[in-house]
Amino acid sequence: MTVTFLILLLLVFAAAGFFLGRGRALAAAQGDARRLHSLPNYYGWYGAIMAFLPALAVLTIWVVAQPIFIERQISGIFPVEQFAVEADRILLMADIRRVALGIDSAVAAGALSAADAIALNVESDDVRARLSEVGVALGSAVTAEVLQAAQRYRELAGTGALFRSIFTILVAVLALAYAIKITHSAMRARNRVEMVVLGVLMLASTVAILTTIGIVLSMLSETYRFSTMYPFGDFLFGLTWSPTFQGNSQLGLLPLLWGTIYITLVAMLVAVPTGLFTAIYLAEYASPRVRSVVKPLIEVIAGIPTVVFGLFALVTVGPFLREWIAEPTGLGTSGSSVMTAGIVIGILNVPFISSLADDIMNAVPQSLRDGSYGLGATKSETVRQVILPAALPGIVGAILLAASRAIGETMIVTMGAGASAKLDLNPFEAMTTITVKIVSQLTGDLEFNSAETLVAFALGMTLFMITLGLNVFALWVVRRYREQYE
Amino acid sequence: MDDQLMTERRVDAHEIKITARGVQVYYGEKHALKDVDVDILANTVTAFIGPSGCGKSTFLRCLNRMNDTVAIARVEGDIRIDGEDIYDSRVDPVQLRAKVGMVFQKPNPFPKSIYDNVAYGPKIHGLARTKADLDRIVEESLRKAALWNEVKDRLKESGTGLSGGQQQRLCIARAVATGPEILLMDEPCSALDPIATAQVEELIDELREKFSVVIVTHSMQQAARVSQRTAFFHLGNLVEYGNTSKIFTNPDDPRTESYITGRIG
Repeated sequence: MTVTFLILLLLVFAAAGFFLGRGRALAAAQGDARRLHSLPNYYGWYGAIMAFLPALAVLTIWVVAQPIFIERQISGIFPVEQFAVEADRILLMADIRRVALGIDSAVAAGALSAADAIALNVESDDVRARLSEVGVALGSAVTAEVLQAAQRYRELAGTGALFRSIFTILVAVLALAYAIKITHSAMRARNRVEMVVLGVLMLASTVAILTTIGIVLSMLSETYRFSTMYPFGDFLFGLTWSPTFQGNSQLGLLPLLWGTIYITLVAMLVAVPTGLFTAIYLAEYASPRVRSVVKPLIEVIAGIPTVVFGLFALVTVGPFLREWIAEPTGLGTSGSSVMTAGIVIGILNVPFISSLADDIMNAVPQSLRDGSYGLGATKSETVRQVILPAALPGIVGAILLAASRAIGETMIVTMGAGASAKLDLNPFEAMTTITVKIVSQLTGDLEFNSAETLVAFALGMTLFMITLGLNVFALWVVRRYREQYE
Repeated sequence: MDDQLMTERRVDAHEIKITARGVQVYYGEKHALKDVDVDILANTVTAFIGPSGCGKSTFLRCLNRMNDTVAIARVEGDIRIDGEDIYDSRVDPVQLRAKVGMVFQKPNPFPKSIYDNVAYGPKIHGLARTKADLDRIVEESLRKAALWNEVKDRLKESGTGLSGGQQQRLCIARAVATGPEILLMDEPCSALDPIATAQVEELIDELREKFSVVIVTHSMQQAARVSQRTAFFHLGNLVEYGNTSKIFTNPDDPRTESYITGRIG
């Protein structure tokens, strides 16, 4: 029985558990739902959950544990001395798994009978050729040991699958039986179901946290590997970025960091005033009709894929800036520049700031506006001195969110600012950012064992630290300046 | 009762501060206030009473043109303060509101320090030439609002950290700071506990020395306690207007009597 089929079976059990639990509870109350502690459906849900969850947990553990167990068994076939390096053992195990799965799929496709499959041997059959007939390609010829191990693998996997099915179904039936047994009219089914719901909610919130921890750990380990191959001080303070794939690369962070900061700065200079003024207009001045048209239109910008913005930067903004500003003032001859990318990223971020800030300003209570107008303040005085200070923490949050996006933006920079890592003050020069270089260091057919590729992880770590710092700063600002209003 | 009559006789001698003639207010299609004629006296507390939705708050908000901030509101008729039509196109509503201060139902201190709350009005109207000037205005206003002794040591703390009654007195100080001649109060005690209410009521009586106070209230006892003149509104009409003691003891209109004795409301 495959895992998918088992899960489907468990769902059937759950459905049965629902009706059994509900029926049992109603029967215990002589069909009068008012005598039950909880609504009848809660007893049903309790039955369904008991039929499904414990068995699913068993199945999950089994699916994770079985391959580990089998590999340990099979490793016994090979002498320990054979594995000088851990990587060799992993490779061999992968080979064995492929052969075993290959034979399985050959049997499934009808190219081999089940008896033939067991009788396969290296001397009389070209295992590699026979498997390639059914579409399983093997890297090298199959040795006798590998074939033997593969057969053993199949055997263990087959037994494992059988016991897996039996055990899972047994747990499902037992748990369901227990649920039915303890179901009576006074059982607090509602509270039990609520506890399961609480568990699901907590699990969901853990996923994001665990993922973040996982990302940080994997980046840290790769960054550590990078630091063993390339002096970390040179990475942090190097002024030149020129990776070559023959070695002797200079992997200085500063030109990329400067490009990132410069482009983000330009982007924020465009996005913050535009977004904030838009928000003030929408929240305080615009009539409801104008607002209902303008706000969705601005938010459309947020839905445009960034690669389309990149095209806009490449064919419209870049040439425009070059012909009308850079060339006449003699500042540069390149269409790709910090200005191009910065302006376009800024426009991209306008709806984030305007939309969030607008919502925040709308959340400022009307009573504060009335209070200010009642003292004879004009609209703009009210906005400047009452609304904006009250909405400040939220607005800072919106701005820092936009800044994080600008720092992480890749596509627009690739197409708008070019790819040359430079330390330059001229905003009409082509420059590049950390994100672009992460992509370019990892593009192509590479192995993750040189400083040139591993530097991508160090760059990623740097980026992560910058955005983390921004977020912590944002939290601090929000806490420090939060204005309490009812 | 004799005391009450005494003050009323003195009040009758006061000049007229606000004259309203034929005031109509529409909220969109709804005719919220119908043909109201009122004369409000200087240095007097005038109470507007009536059941919810009777138009008393609407009329109050006409007196400092706060209805201008409501897009669908339309005001017709003639309202004069010291003989000057406040709906004339030459009158700047912003200047008007400095002269006609307002205190709202719920205390609404700005999320700023106590000092900045009071200094807000004087600053935007340029009433203080120096920092010392501003300090003096803030202190005087807080004293007038009977709050100075409680907050003088913590002027830099947030106004929102005060208790409900203190917050409302802060709002009164804030309104007083722009040097108004008239103070409008829209149910100023409805969000306060009895002790804070008593403090604010006492304050209202003191404020009468310098301002004309117009107060909207749901509590008839409050109207009887603090006001010298009372206007009873019902369904958008001004039913009866006169000396408070007369309204509460011997009303002319049967509707007023019904409301005061609790039969309508």
